[in-house]
Amino acid sequence: MKIKFGNRRVWIWLLLGTVLIAALFLASTFGAVNISLPDIFKMVLNKVAFFDFSAGWAAMDETIIFQIRLPRVIGAALVGATLATAGVLFQGILRNPLADPYIIGTSAGAGLGATIAMTLPINLTFLGFGLVPVAAFIGALASVTLVYNLARVGGKTPIISMLLAGFVVSALLAAFITFMMAISDRLNLDLHAVYSFLMGHISVTGWGQIAAITPLVIGGIIVARFFAFRLNAFSLGEEGAAYLGIEVERDKMLILALGSLLTAAAVSISGLIGFVGLVTPHSMRLILGPDHRMLLPASALAGAAFVVIADLLARTILAPVEIPVGVITALIGAPFFLYLLRHSRREYAF
Amino acid sequence: MIDLKIGQLNFSYFDGLVLDDINLSVEPGEMVGLLGPNGSGKTTLIKLISGILKPGHGDIMLGGSNLSRLNRRNIASRVAVVPQQFHIPFAFTASEVVMLGRTPFIKAFSGETGADRQAATTAIELAGISDIAGRRFDELSGGERQKVILAMALAQQPKLLLLDEPIVHLDISHQIETLELVRSLNTERGLTIIAAMHDLNLASLYFDRLVLLEKGKIHADGTPEEVLTEDRISRVFSTAVKVNPHPITGAPHIIIIPGEHKDNHVPS
Repeated sequence: MKIKFGNRRVWIWLLLGTVLIAALFLASTFGAVNISLPDIFKMVLNKVAFFDFSAGWAAMDETIIFQIRLPRVIGAALVGATLATAGVLFQGILRNPLADPYIIGTSAGAGLGATIAMTLPINLTFLGFGLVPVAAFIGALASVTLVYNLARVGGKTPIISMLLAGFVVSALLAAFITFMMAISDRLNLDLHAVYSFLMGHISVTGWGQIAAITPLVIGGIIVARFFAFRLNAFSLGEEGAAYLGIEVERDKMLILALGSLLTAAAVSISGLIGFVGLVTPHSMRLILGPDHRMLLPASALAGAAFVVIADLLARTILAPVEIPVGVITALIGAPFFLYLLRHSRREYAF
Repeated sequence: MIDLKIGQLNFSYFDGLVLDDINLSVEPGEMVGLLGPNGSGKTTLIKLISGILKPGHGDIMLGGSNLSRLNRRNIASRVAVVPQQFHIPFAFTASEVVMLGRTPFIKAFSGETGADRQAATTAIELAGISDIAGRRFDELSGGERQKVILAMALAQQPKLLLLDEPIVHLDISHQIETLELVRSLNTERGLTIIAAMHDLNLASLYFDRLVLLEKGKIHADGTPEEVLTEDRISRVFSTAVKVNPHPITGAPHIIIIPGEHKDNHVPS
């Protein structure tokens, strides 16, 4: 009898890849100025390959596509892929279905960092980033480091302690944010900017930011794939993983550090977009099963498509008013996930 | 085939000594049952031999190498552990769980090779779970799960197999099936086996050598006839028993005398 070990479904890569590419082009056509899909194809082909289509479009359109819209659409894709990957890492290592990229303090740390930066009368630019994203990035990593060290006892970092420390530190930092918002007058704090950060907003304004975070994000997603089989072993719990030859504390620290770094990178250009990192991994697990070797790349593709579409809706539904993209991810993500949960044939095991 | 030598081993958690001056030598291909009341140190000893706890004092030599000098991956490619119970939160199939046993051998990016699939398939056949290999682990019965976990341990292709009360949650049919399987792995494949056991009668029937622990010390070490005496059991387990030879095999058979527990008195 031939025994099957797992399921490699080729169609899922074709499907997810097609959806992502379709989402990228769709999101590029719509905006303050709509540019037709064939024109975009021609512009892109002119740029990248040996094509020379005559320009049947306004020169302005080309500037809009290449200088404004494409960086933003690609930024949204990177943010989505990153948050979904980090979500898989955190759910896998913490073995907790409520885990998302923000669970051990990244969001509150980033929020506080960003809020403090908004009150400072300094105008710095670093690799195309202003002070706010840099402060958000540092805040996210600082707060995870604090949580990890608070939870550490005698050379070990128990997951329960980490979840509790993460919850408490997040609550504390959130209180500081609320306090600063309450006295926003005295701090010269722009409340709208704070809300925009806390609800998520893809704030990519050019290729500089993309160039800066792409190596971190793509590199991180590839490194995450190296941990896939070890994450499977962690499903047995830390003791079971140790019996299988895993250096538990070392790998746990590496996976948490990687997840936090990815989250911090995403947050620095998008603020706190909720739901993507929680629901994308769960949805992919419902469809594909729990093997992290499939789950990680599939979630990255699905998360990318999800945020690209959400950002498209956020900036077009009530144009010229932009809805926070976090609102859209929740509005689409919640019903979609509930649909999957209700329609999966068997009980969802986590 | 691998041997195990434990010399002057001490171990304590934060509060007090759990294992005290343990000296134990297990020859290649032996099958040893660890007995003792709850809290006597059986599970701790198994965790020490598997290397996930570090001894406070003393050495554990595995096939001539000191365990403290081996990394986890090295240990896991020689020693496999079947714990009492596993909770696996995700919907892995039984065959995927067995494949997890190949973790010490699988390279990070290349994934499982034909050799890994072969080892997992052999383990599945040995454990007799080919018919349930495609089913979801979380939907299997307790007895089936135990066999899947045993198959996972076998997929590690260990030299030494440690079992922590492997039959404690099973009905007698699954208990016997599991012990028969473990014994055939020992006799036919030469696997060295150490198993913590609660059921003294089954231990007597299936093991050639028993080690009785009492409060972290070795109280007795020998054949079932040497270890399972009325005096020793009454003392170590605080329970009055009668020991008769098993009517068919002749192995010691323990009969409990009700109402004679030493701590069983009504406080006045």
